[in-house]
Amino acid sequence: MENDEILRLTGITKSFPGVSALTDVDFTLKQGEIHGLMGENGAGKSTLIKVLTGVYKRDAGKIEYRGVPIDVHSPLHAQVLGISTVYQEVNLVPNLSVAENLFLGRQPIRMGRIAWKPINDRAAEILARFDLDIDVRENLGHYTVAIQQLVAIARALELNARVLILDEPTSSLNIEEVDKLFQQMRRLRSEGQAIIFITHFVDQVFQISDRITVLRNGRYIGTYQTEDITKVDLISKLLGREYEKLSELAVSRIRREEAAEQDAFIRTEALGRRGSIKPFSIRIRKGEVVGCAGLLGSGRTELANVLFGIEAADSGKTYLGGRDVRIANPRKAMRWGIGLGPEDRKEQGIVQGLTVRENIILALQVRKGWFKNLSYREQKEIADHYIEILDIKTPSAEQLMRNLSGGNQQKVIIARWLASNPQFLILDEPTRGIDVGAKTEIQKLVVELSKRNMAVLFISSEIEEIARCSSEVLVLHGHEVVETLYGTDINDQRIMNAIAERHAEGNEVG
Amino acid sequence: MRRATRLDNGTKTAPAAESRPARSRSLNPIVWPLLALAVILLFNLIFTHGFFSITVKGGHLFGSLIDILKRAAPTMIIALGMTLVIATGGIDISVGSVAAIAGSMAALMVRGANIAYLEETAYATTPLLPVFAFALLAAAACGLFNGTLVSFVGIQPIVATLILMITGRGVAVLITGGYVLNFNHPRFEYVGIGYLFGLPFPFIMAAGVFVVLFLLTRLIPLGLFIQATGGNSVASFYSGLNTRVVKLLVYLISGLCAGVAGIIMTSDVKAADANYMGLWLELDAILAVVIGGTAMTGGRYSLWGTIIGALIIQSLTTTILTRGVQVQYTLIVKAVVVIFVILIQSERTRDLLQRTRRKIPASG
Repeated sequence: MENDEILRLTGITKSFPGVSALTDVDFTLKQGEIHGLMGENGAGKSTLIKVLTGVYKRDAGKIEYRGVPIDVHSPLHAQVLGISTVYQEVNLVPNLSVAENLFLGRQPIRMGRIAWKPINDRAAEILARFDLDIDVRENLGHYTVAIQQLVAIARALELNARVLILDEPTSSLNIEEVDKLFQQMRRLRSEGQAIIFITHFVDQVFQISDRITVLRNGRYIGTYQTEDITKVDLISKLLGREYEKLSELAVSRIRREEAAEQDAFIRTEALGRRGSIKPFSIRIRKGEVVGCAGLLGSGRTELANVLFGIEAADSGKTYLGGRDVRIANPRKAMRWGIGLGPEDRKEQGIVQGLTVRENIILALQVRKGWFKNLSYREQKEIADHYIEILDIKTPSAEQLMRNLSGGNQQKVIIARWLASNPQFLILDEPTRGIDVGAKTEIQKLVVELSKRNMAVLFISSEIEEIARCSSEVLVLHGHEVVETLYGTDINDQRIMNAIAERHAEGNEVG
Repeated sequence: MRRATRLDNGTKTAPAAESRPARSRSLNPIVWPLLALAVILLFNLIFTHGFFSITVKGGHLFGSLIDILKRAAPTMIIALGMTLVIATGGIDISVGSVAAIAGSMAALMVRGANIAYLEETAYATTPLLPVFAFALLAAAACGLFNGTLVSFVGIQPIVATLILMITGRGVAVLITGGYVLNFNHPRFEYVGIGYLFGLPFPFIMAAGVFVVLFLLTRLIPLGLFIQATGGNSVASFYSGLNTRVVKLLVYLISGLCAGVAGIIMTSDVKAADANYMGLWLELDAILAVVIGGTAMTGGRYSLWGTIIGALIIQSLTTTILTRGVQVQYTLIVKAVVVIFVILIQSERTRDLLQRTRRKIPASG
């Protein structure tokens, strides 16, 4: 059995300043196997692949390839070794022809010129094996993402890939296209090709994989034969339990009764946006933390975006304190006292080149408008205040944002919104990709805010932290709020079941 | 207990680890352009006789240095506006043409109100208010046009402003009717060749533009909003900032700055030549911004740095001219020095310098 093992990673560890990316991760791949690699946001899937393909240098661990220990220096080196990756956004050249893309960098030359005839003939021949009958002289960009992806796979195989890594290949494909891709993957498997299939779609991984490896928080959770594990088990492994128990946070549960007496701060009636989130009706009171659970891609972020006006709703109504309002953009949302700590900290949250002080006062200054300037002294006071109460670790308020660790950057974003004094704060995955100590601090903060009579919508991939902090939990699946849990119903198991049931019910991509 | 210790360690190690990049950054970035300017001046101190001599004639200062201040003024003014545009992550390559439009408009107004009806001597009395008003109005319209294309239509800044860079010169030619409009208007000419407090008036104008922009970006939060937009426009949008308005404003400011520069240049030569006024000026302006330490990628900017950058460019040009470098070599010499100045500023070179500096005491 050992012989058909083509790749063995042991004890892979990789850390970035303040972020535990990978800790002691193992992974093996066999010849003729489709191996699903699963994990939520920040679980370490892509870091592992980047270590394997030479984008990152590992801190510790061993990579054995075809029985020999190797060091991969660069993605090109990986390709030469026979480890090829096809990314979600196809990394080919859209305005070159399909054939050119297949042979880019190794076009056959005849009499000092590129020999087009053999290129085109050979390209057609290769693609025929993928059941693709397309004009190979047409620009690649002319075809759908699905076809581009198959071309990318064909190119990888032409480059003698022995290990084929497919990174979230199905994210932008429709169901028929996914089927077609799977057909080809099965064919390749039968020819002995080893494939790593990275995805966050539970149903798909069950359809196609032979084995499944689960990562969570940069740790290796386990490798399972697909037929030996149930969907519910897999989901519980994906979402998991935190290693540290924090009983003090159960306080929030008691708050629920007090909160219940108040009127809703925000209430939606069948609010929705086509293609992004199905109509949902929710109510959030002041002093209450409402959790938002569901797998990646279930519509959690879209729900937050509609509430905050990042994407304006196209149906339904929003009531704030009984008043019918339309939240068309973040400016309006802010005026109504809503804040949003976005999911993608780096792209949507921080301004790297500005100081901590400037990052903290940004939303407040925007809210105050163009003609009420905060003086430097006021800014400094506000920044120092939040640095102290949120325990942001920075040498000073004048430190550039890019020099802070992930957890501290996250706290700065929360500080930004606290400074703007919202009545309703949406936090989209505030604990993603930060170390455990910072995670618990942020959880405590969430509860603390609700005690100060703020309404909070808390979105997270980690079921346990939702269960711990929330007095009401919205469960999302397939871009829809499918269940709402209250009070004593809220525990890890119930939330997990609510998510898993939906997955067991339908084959719908969720 | 274990958790407590770890948090403790965190507090101790974090500042130590983070203070290193802070220290290398603690030198004010403006030091480097100043150093480059100092080198150029030092060169002249040693090799160019009389470069530093300043004489007083009729209450006005004269000399090479004063000449540099005067000649740098239009570039300086345009570069100041450009600084804000570049800080939002954009660029405005239409400024040369906008300057030509504003200059032509000013010349037309100086003459136009009179040319058909009055004798030549009457030019002197044309009221100045409409001259400035129409010239600046034209420039503001150009700026709004650029800003609208960039922020509301969503065209890439270099393409959007390329449109006006090309058509703008055509518009300027239309305004002048294809003629070189010369005039004779002592009060208007004061703008370009006059002196105030012993200093050339164009330089006083540049200082005024600097003060206005400095205050504008500090007294209202425009500076913060510009830097946030340029630093991360998505995050700024998520923070509720109307980044479109910010962008529109900087192009408007840039247009107005080009307008002021155009008026000065027209007044200086007592004529508007639509085809050549401000030609390639956008390149000097962009160069001044970059030399001044504002990154083309947007975010942090330095108005002071831009002033120094414009002075470096003009000092260089003046030096080359006074050194009597043959005309065909001037641009090459300029290019070499510019490359050198930009290299000095790059972080990699600075790291290299610091490393060698550390090595020397170690080996000795």
